[in-house]
Amino acid sequence: MSGGGEPTRIQPSPAVESQLQVPQQLVELHGWGRAAGSRSHLARIDTIAGAVSALRNAGDRGVVPRGLGRSYGDAAQNAGGTTLDLTRLNKILQVDAEGDVPTVSVQSGVSIDALMKALLPFGLWVPVLPGTRQVTIGGAIAADVHGKNHHTQGSFGNHVRDLDLLSADGEIRTVGPDGDDPELFWATVGGMGLTGVILRATVAVQRTETAYFTVDTQRCADLDELMATMTDGDENYTYSVAWFDAVTRGKHLGRAVLTRGNKTKISDLPAKLRTEPLRFAAPSFGTLPEVFPNRMVNLATAKAFSAMWFRKAPKHRVGEVQNITTFFHPLDIVAEWNRVYGPNGFLQYQFVVPFGEHETFRRCVEMIVTSGHLSCLNVLKRFGPGNAAPLSFPMPGWTLTVDLPIEDGLDRLCTGLDEQVVAAGGRCYLAKDSRLDAATFRQMYPRLDDFLAVRKRIDPTQVFTSDLSRRLAL
Amino acid sequence: MIDAVGNPQSLLLLGGTSDIALAIARRYAIGRRLRVVLAARPTSRRTESAAELAALGCEVTEVDLEARDPGSHAATIDAAFAGGDIDIVVVAFGLLGDPERAWTEPAEALELIEVNYTAPVHLGVLLANRLRAQGHGKIVALSSVAGERVRRSNFVYGSTKAGLDGFFLGLGEALRDSGVGVLVVRPGFVRSKMTEGLDEAPLAVTPEDVADAVVSAVKHRKELIWVPAAMRPVMSGLRHVPRPLFRKLPL
Repeated sequence: MSGGGEPTRIQPSPAVESQLQVPQQLVELHGWGRAAGSRSHLARIDTIAGAVSALRNAGDRGVVPRGLGRSYGDAAQNAGGTTLDLTRLNKILQVDAEGDVPTVSVQSGVSIDALMKALLPFGLWVPVLPGTRQVTIGGAIAADVHGKNHHTQGSFGNHVRDLDLLSADGEIRTVGPDGDDPELFWATVGGMGLTGVILRATVAVQRTETAYFTVDTQRCADLDELMATMTDGDENYTYSVAWFDAVTRGKHLGRAVLTRGNKTKISDLPAKLRTEPLRFAAPSFGTLPEVFPNRMVNLATAKAFSAMWFRKAPKHRVGEVQNITTFFHPLDIVAEWNRVYGPNGFLQYQFVVPFGEHETFRRCVEMIVTSGHLSCLNVLKRFGPGNAAPLSFPMPGWTLTVDLPIEDGLDRLCTGLDEQVVAAGGRCYLAKDSRLDAATFRQMYPRLDDFLAVRKRIDPTQVFTSDLSRRLAL
Repeated sequence: MIDAVGNPQSLLLLGGTSDIALAIARRYAIGRRLRVVLAARPTSRRTESAAELAALGCEVTEVDLEARDPGSHAATIDAAFAGGDIDIVVVAFGLLGDPERAWTEPAEALELIEVNYTAPVHLGVLLANRLRAQGHGKIVALSSVAGERVRRSNFVYGSTKAGLDGFFLGLGEALRDSGVGVLVVRPGFVRSKMTEGLDEAPLAVTPEDVADAVVSAVKHRKELIWVPAAMRPVMSGLRHVPRPLFRKLPL
């Protein structure tokens, strides 16, 4: 799978083409926040030829690729047009564990969950795990997802050696950072599906001895202590992330639980785990029903949750061995947890501000806490250097994520936050966004024109369109 | 698209000089660069309204709307959608007319029918097709309590509103699985250009009150509202008053 000079053309033979009635149905699609859905034709793609055919049959409202639908807003839906469901293009094609850097070649519909489980028995590890494993490789690249190890190991796009992209002209090109057309590669990383359909990717993976993590947990009394502790110690840990309390006001504002860790070496595993060091345990307590009313998250429940989450963490514990689910995805224990927000849904606001902007950061937290909008799930992390992708979200600085139930007045809080973030030279994360306007977005991403130039070159008539691209004039 | 917090990016005002339509536009224009298409007859009032919205930060396009010329309606809708998707369409044009001339002079009656009923229905069909192709959108249709139970004092007007009301409620049902929604608004007496000089009825509201109610109803995906909300139980009662008594009421 090396980057060749010639684009590959897949030409289904006429007889096959006439049978390729890619099944289409008009369905309501929305993001994980369950707000701002829209109706589009959903085309389930089983083969590469099917993808080419669906693209050819796209009407005047274009197409957008969709993975497992975990982006929070309207990135993977296309009102009145076609949305391509890529989740059935899910074969792991090749694992190359021999070289210095092991690599894996996968179709874009493979989920990080499936890939992680397939790789562990080889002693291999997916280098970037975002907040959920239910994300396709295509989606991980298109959103350039990041994880708890961004400060040491960067975002997902940093680990992609090359990818096969089906673009508007029906051609399939193999592009990579070191191959042909690195500009197109980097526009695709973080490009939210707007440069074409990622069909396959070669991802560099890591070697690991175990599926466990050695974790230090500590509670911090307030936001200042938390940020100081993270600044001082993060470099000693591969993985670092904090949850903090954004409901309780006053001196406990920002009391937090900081968890930091490294991969456990086999020699450090307790004896009982050493027989199956690469075992993947993912307990689940079932799913939540669709019956939650709005306003389940109110001041009383939010305060109770925040107090519980803070107190259940140890004040200080060092060297605890945790499994993947406990360390990475505590919320996965209950599937469909987003239902607790009720039918109005919720939105996530995730932003980053540069390291020097401590004051702005504090001001944003205070705005949220005093707004009356209640966020129980607040994640704080320090980012390391960004990459060459013009629409990639991470940049060195502090990134905060809050979850806000949709209620009256929420838009005012968000525009207020936008102003702070823009003034500090920061930005919001498109994979979480559902309400930014085009002008603010342009201010947040100074390299937007670089992306637009590539998009114009590779897709001059905007065959690839999504509700997000319409909203943000992308 | 109407975003996750209920705010539209683009607005089409059919009847772009109506006080209510402009009040709705002003509400949505706060804090964002709203794209507004003003469809109305080409008069100085339309130019002034466009200028006012532009001064509020909107990106405004003016399009000709001639309600009494159905042959021109398709071109109006094409022009309105030429700049991109429309998130919310407000159907706000109409004539009050002179109530006594309306039932004694045929030409006056015809005008009321064509402007208040025929044009909204014809445009409604054109809009429904456009919005369905778009896969998303909202129609806000200004009906009236005068259509809920037609009364002697302005029955020609009332009958046209009754027809408009029925059409848009039915359209909302027909569009249920299409991603397009319809909100029918039944205001009582609104203090506006249309009612200037008339005696105010009880429970009178301003165009801004109607706009507030519309914005909230769109956000909460309502299908039918009264403005003020108290009109709903009032009309419920009035609808069931027996005719010999109803005709004696000073309405």
